[in-house]
Amino acid sequence: MLPIILLSVFGIVLLFLGFLKTRAVLLPAALLFILIALGAGFLEWNKSYLYFGDMLLINNLAILFSTIVLISAFMVVALSGDFLEDEMAQPAEYYAILLFSIVGAMMMIGYENLIMLFVGVEILSVSMYILTGSDKRNLRSNEAALKYFLMGSFATGFMLFGMALLYGAVGSFTLTDIKSYILLSHGRPSLLLYMGELLVLIGMLFKVSAAPFHFWTPDVYEGAPTLFTAFMSTVVKTAGFAALLQLLSVSFSAIYGFWWVILAAITALTLLAGNLTAVYQNSFKRMMAYSSISHAGYLLIGLAALGQQSRSALVFYSLAYSLATISAFGILLLVAKQHTTDGRPDESYSAFNGLSRNNPLLAFVLAVSMLSLAGIPLTAGFWGKFMLFSAAVDRGMVWILILAVLMSAVGIYYYFRVVIAMYFREGQAGRIRVAPFYQFILIAATALTIILGIVPGLFQNIM
Amino acid sequence: MLTLIILLFPVLAALLVLAVRGQQAKQIAFIAALIELGLAGYAFFSFVPDANSQFGFDYPWLAQGTIRFTAGIDGVSLLLVVLTALLTPLIILSAFRHTYDRPSVFYALILFMEAALLGVFTARDAFLFYLYFEAALLPVYFLAALWGGENRIPVTFKFFVYTIFGSLFMLVALVYLYFKTGTPAGLHSSAITALYNLNLSPTEQSWIFWAFFIAFAIKMPVFPFHTWQPDTYVESPTPATMLLAGIMLKMGVYGVIRLMLPIVPEGVQTWGMTALVLSVIGIVYGAIIAIRQRDMKRLIAYSSFSHVGLMAAGVFTLSLNGVQGALVQMLAHGINVVGMFFVADIIASRTSTRLIDQMGGITRYTPKLTVYFMILLLGSVALPLTNGFVGEFLLLSGVFEYNNILGAVAGLTIIFGAVYMLRLFQKTMFGKTTPLTEGFNDVSGSESWVFIPLCIMVFWIGMVPNSFLKLTEPAVANLLQFVK
Repeated sequence: MLPIILLSVFGIVLLFLGFLKTRAVLLPAALLFILIALGAGFLEWNKSYLYFGDMLLINNLAILFSTIVLISAFMVVALSGDFLEDEMAQPAEYYAILLFSIVGAMMMIGYENLIMLFVGVEILSVSMYILTGSDKRNLRSNEAALKYFLMGSFATGFMLFGMALLYGAVGSFTLTDIKSYILLSHGRPSLLLYMGELLVLIGMLFKVSAAPFHFWTPDVYEGAPTLFTAFMSTVVKTAGFAALLQLLSVSFSAIYGFWWVILAAITALTLLAGNLTAVYQNSFKRMMAYSSISHAGYLLIGLAALGQQSRSALVFYSLAYSLATISAFGILLLVAKQHTTDGRPDESYSAFNGLSRNNPLLAFVLAVSMLSLAGIPLTAGFWGKFMLFSAAVDRGMVWILILAVLMSAVGIYYYFRVVIAMYFREGQAGRIRVAPFYQFILIAATALTIILGIVPGLFQNIM
Repeated sequence: MLTLIILLFPVLAALLVLAVRGQQAKQIAFIAALIELGLAGYAFFSFVPDANSQFGFDYPWLAQGTIRFTAGIDGVSLLLVVLTALLTPLIILSAFRHTYDRPSVFYALILFMEAALLGVFTARDAFLFYLYFEAALLPVYFLAALWGGENRIPVTFKFFVYTIFGSLFMLVALVYLYFKTGTPAGLHSSAITALYNLNLSPTEQSWIFWAFFIAFAIKMPVFPFHTWQPDTYVESPTPATMLLAGIMLKMGVYGVIRLMLPIVPEGVQTWGMTALVLSVIGIVYGAIIAIRQRDMKRLIAYSSFSHVGLMAAGVFTLSLNGVQGALVQMLAHGINVVGMFFVADIIASRTSTRLIDQMGGITRYTPKLTVYFMILLLGSVALPLTNGFVGEFLLLSGVFEYNNILGAVAGLTIIFGAVYMLRLFQKTMFGKTTPLTEGFNDVSGSESWVFIPLCIMVFWIGMVPNSFLKLTEPAVANLLQFVK
């Protein structure tokens, strides 16, 4: 609760700091604000409170998801030093919008009332539309923003319609009311409820880019400035899955039999679409877009097989995925700047050729994050997949497990193309200068990925 | 506790080696590998020959302590721990004759590999086993792809994806088995012994058999999953080839003995014939191709494929002879194949070719190399009193008891083995000298120090096989009792 208020205020403060002549103060200020919000969040650890007329619930699960969102945001901001040098950029606005979008994400994580969910989704989405288009001179960025905005509004429309239908059936927007309505309906809830749930699901699945609602993802991810792509693919996804988990586990667990088939089918489709298309990409950034679709597929397993293990598995997976994704984009930012074609940074695989020669640290960081995304043991990503797969087996969904395993094998193929380029191919990459703080963030993320890969129990004890 | 030290020491040593600049790395790596050999030797000599897991440790790891970080050494593990610890210093020593670019990374990867292999052979928790099984792949992949031959990138990538793909099926099986334990009430457990006592239906047995079989058959490799192997062996730098052929393929056979036989005995009984036929096809097929090879390294690669087929066949007979034979043969084959690859490496680097029809008459200049080569060769063709004989004899008798015809076909391996090995020896060592072999230098001091321990082992195992067999027998009998 406190973090939401603090971040809203801090966002406004940042806007005013933008009037100062010295831009240098903005980055540390933004980082400090995020840290304060992070600390403030833990004040409510082990206490479960309802706020705003029972519209927002802050419990340990919500705090953990918020922490992942804040860590992701912290890393993204920490890697954003470039904006301060770019004449055309408006860092004050960017940082303020980032903070506002975190507020939206936190509402999505802790909502207890569908109105709150809607407000949260809108805050987050509108911020994302703006940031996607923030590279004003780049046609691609403009196109991406427009596409994202049109498709996103459409999806939000579906979601709103679904909420209206739910209200029609239940007479309330509160999650617990929906639950008790279902329990009191003796297994025959009104058709409106089913329709409403489906439409809300469609809206949310669009946000987390699950197939067949994923077509916007590659274009938007490729067009947006890399840093905001990193933000989008981690924060939006984490918040989206937290919201879905909340919705399905609190309100709709009683009609599991109805929706699990639909989610399982979407899971299978998402895994296939994400992984198989990623194989054919030549641009690293576009591959990462499809990879984010495929990870939405893995996360969906946790929802389709909703049970005891789902919560901790989803939290762990989100954390592992966020750490690896942001470090990967962080390296891409550095490498792509070295080679430009037609004035645009080169984001193809070949830009990474021979990176390990002169930049062993950067190559190692990217290799570890690729291994983690591919789910190779001794990285956090492996245990994330392991927990989700266990959840599936616990529910008896062996077929989905086999599909997911086959798709992870496909994943190894495209993630390792980068590793091969960096380590085994010759390239002319010179030594890349990296700011010490930037380097520190990358090393910290890599270390955390490896530590969680060796002793995942550390994290489970917190849960 | 000793196991923990054995598992951690190479990792720490590898980190130390990474920090060293320049060519000193290899000395440090060699000393570390020798210390590790000392630790394994201590375990070997203080091992009590019964079925228990010894020198173990046990820490909670994950999921409220139902998945544990636990390892120990029983008879089956001991043999492979000794093999790994013995071969690693020799492999490092054999690499001294080359100067590799970035030596600290090169030797650190070898030590990481050793740690992972030892982890596979000592793990007492199914998921720990899986973790090490996969982790062993990374160092050798990087060794092969960084220092390998011209065609290394696609070849090693195929190897990597192929083997990971296989072991993912094992992961599925293990997760499934984990959730079968402790039902209907109570906590799950992933201890390997807990998986032995599951009551699985025949259908489940079959599915899990195939999941395991694909994982281990790719690793070994068994026909028709072997297509990654010859190319990878040829393209890898010799130390990596030695690690692959000498130790890593034993992971597959070990996995069958440790996991498959006791967990899905009915599955093995149902499908054992299929697996045996595939293995026997591999024996004959590999041997025939080996006879036709011109490239030394490729010839040894196919011979290794043929030999491992016999080990697999022996294991799937579910008999004491078959499994015991496979264990001794793993030890023997590890020693012989590392020796053979070293001979090939010496000859190839001095004549700058690997094609055997361009060689000849080397023996005129090299009395020492001839003797070492001969001893290793006799071991490979299973002459009595050498290490190959004990293993192959037990294996063949196991297969013969199972099925006469298969036994007879598998027995061809001895004849074929003699044909391709003696052909290799004759073409390279005897005959007329060629311009390439003119003035061939005999083995140097440090090269001799690789051969001497290997040759001693050839005779030790060949003459007193009981010093190894008696250590493994209680453990093997214990594993096989789950089959009954």
